[in-house]
Amino acid sequence: MSPSISTRADFAAIARWVKQDAGVLDLGCGDGSLLKYLKETRNVHGYGVEIADANILACVEKGVNVIQMNLEAGLSGFEPQSFDLVILSQTLQAMHNIELVVKEILRVGRQGIVTIPNFGYWRHRFQSIGGRMPVSKDLPYQWYDTPNIHLCTFVDFEEFCRDHGVRILERHVMCNGEDVTLLPNLMGNLAVYRFEKA
Amino acid sequence: MHLQPDSVGIVTPQTLHFDAPITLKSGAVLDAYDLVYETYGTPNADKSNAILICHALSGHHHVAGYHSAQEKHPGWWDNMIGPGKPVDTNRFFVISLNNLGGCHGSTGPSSTDPKTGKPYGKAFPIVTVEDWVETQVRLADRLGIQTFAAIIGGSLGGMQALSWSILHPQRLHHALVIASAPGLTAQNIGFNDVARQAILTDPDFHDGNFYAHGVVPRRGLRLARMLGHITYLSDDVMGEKFGRILKNEVFQFGYGVEFEVESYLRYQGDKFADSFDANTYLLMTKALDYFDPTHHSRVSLSEALKPAQAEFLVVSFTSDWRFAPGRSREIVKALLDNGRNVSYAEITAAHGHDAFLMPDPHYHSLVRAYLNNAAKGIGL
Repeated sequence: MSPSISTRADFAAIARWVKQDAGVLDLGCGDGSLLKYLKETRNVHGYGVEIADANILACVEKGVNVIQMNLEAGLSGFEPQSFDLVILSQTLQAMHNIELVVKEILRVGRQGIVTIPNFGYWRHRFQSIGGRMPVSKDLPYQWYDTPNIHLCTFVDFEEFCRDHGVRILERHVMCNGEDVTLLPNLMGNLAVYRFEKA
Repeated sequence: MHLQPDSVGIVTPQTLHFDAPITLKSGAVLDAYDLVYETYGTPNADKSNAILICHALSGHHHVAGYHSAQEKHPGWWDNMIGPGKPVDTNRFFVISLNNLGGCHGSTGPSSTDPKTGKPYGKAFPIVTVEDWVETQVRLADRLGIQTFAAIIGGSLGGMQALSWSILHPQRLHHALVIASAPGLTAQNIGFNDVARQAILTDPDFHDGNFYAHGVVPRRGLRLARMLGHITYLSDDVMGEKFGRILKNEVFQFGYGVEFEVESYLRYQGDKFADSFDANTYLLMTKALDYFDPTHHSRVSLSEALKPAQAEFLVVSFTSDWRFAPGRSREIVKALLDNGRNVSYAEITAAHGHDAFLMPDPHYHSLVRAYLNNAAKGIGL
């Protein structure tokens, strides 16, 4: 699924939060790169969930466990609290039912990690003020062909978490792979969140 | 005949005789039996590159290649197995056998019972998937194979692969369970029973001892196959293939063959009735019905799969309604519950259950990629 794959700077950020030998479920795992990376760097025992045939094949080629199913239907088939971590890397904004998927992440996993692009990034704001939908390296699509149907800013996402019983444990904001600490909702174009049930 | 470079070429079946008695699940004992098998590719020094192919209801040991230059059709899974094919015989040593109870050379109901000098017929005991696994273990022992790189099967063959992983977890690294199920549904058992009834009520069946009467319960076998054939295809593919096409353009207002689909099914039925043993058909459908790893211990499927150590590739096909994707997902769930390495693919295919035998490029790429990694993982 992963509709916006830039340099995948989020991999390293995610890996920092993954304990050695953890059980990991990667939702919308794409070609399995993240899981392979986590297997190599953290020896995780992981599974990916994917819908696209080409990605299933890419995962199998990499020797990454992958289950072909539609995330939008929830995670039936996965037992409650059966993973240390459930990761949704750059997929959330492309999902129809955000509330369901976040609920499912915290049902199946003890903690969740999501990576989201920031609609509030200053370049995006500029384009909006200029009367155009933002198109950038991180959101490379036109309004009519974008898979990203639920774009939000970091502030929006954090409010969503507050309202939905999700406690954010850590946030890591980046811009083009570089860490951002100053005015993150303006200067960052990508954030990785680690969270659990409040 | 011109052989394709990716064909295993001309192959010769071999037969092994086993004279250690085997006690079957039913309690019946077979004192001795033969198993006919074929091999493709070359075993390495420790035979760690061996792959076992398990066949389905009407399958047999002739999986790939040709028995002679005159043979019109290659083995039943020739598109999958051969040099450079997904199950690559340049790398793997592939073994396939005709299961016990079969009618293609292994001891079965049509074989001569040494006690009577006549065909076993009705006297041949019912065998189960687990019984097949035990005979396959004995075959592996005789061939000097300690651990299979992979055991592969579609449909009833997938049940055997799954059963291996439970009964002999140390003897396989990978299981490829394709278009299969952890147990038949009531609907599926129902279809099998209709097929059996067609055979059992054929006046030529003679309680299973038709051999002595010099007849074959053709009508029953034919009906059984016609029914089976419908269930192995999807409505869509039958519609596409036959639609409502008539052999003659106008209705005949009779009960002869009018629609193309009737002609096709009758042809398939006749072909099958000429080549397959009715008792074997009964036995194979019963083995299908009985398969259920949860039955004897009355546990969940997850519990039943606990002993499994192998890594799994589970594959289903979207239009397969006889072994529907949901049934494969049950297997996947049980494997996930046990933390086993498993990948699951749901192949978009129009051909129904038969899709597992079709050369779909994505499906074949998956099997190829999976086995490539399997080979790497075990140092081949």
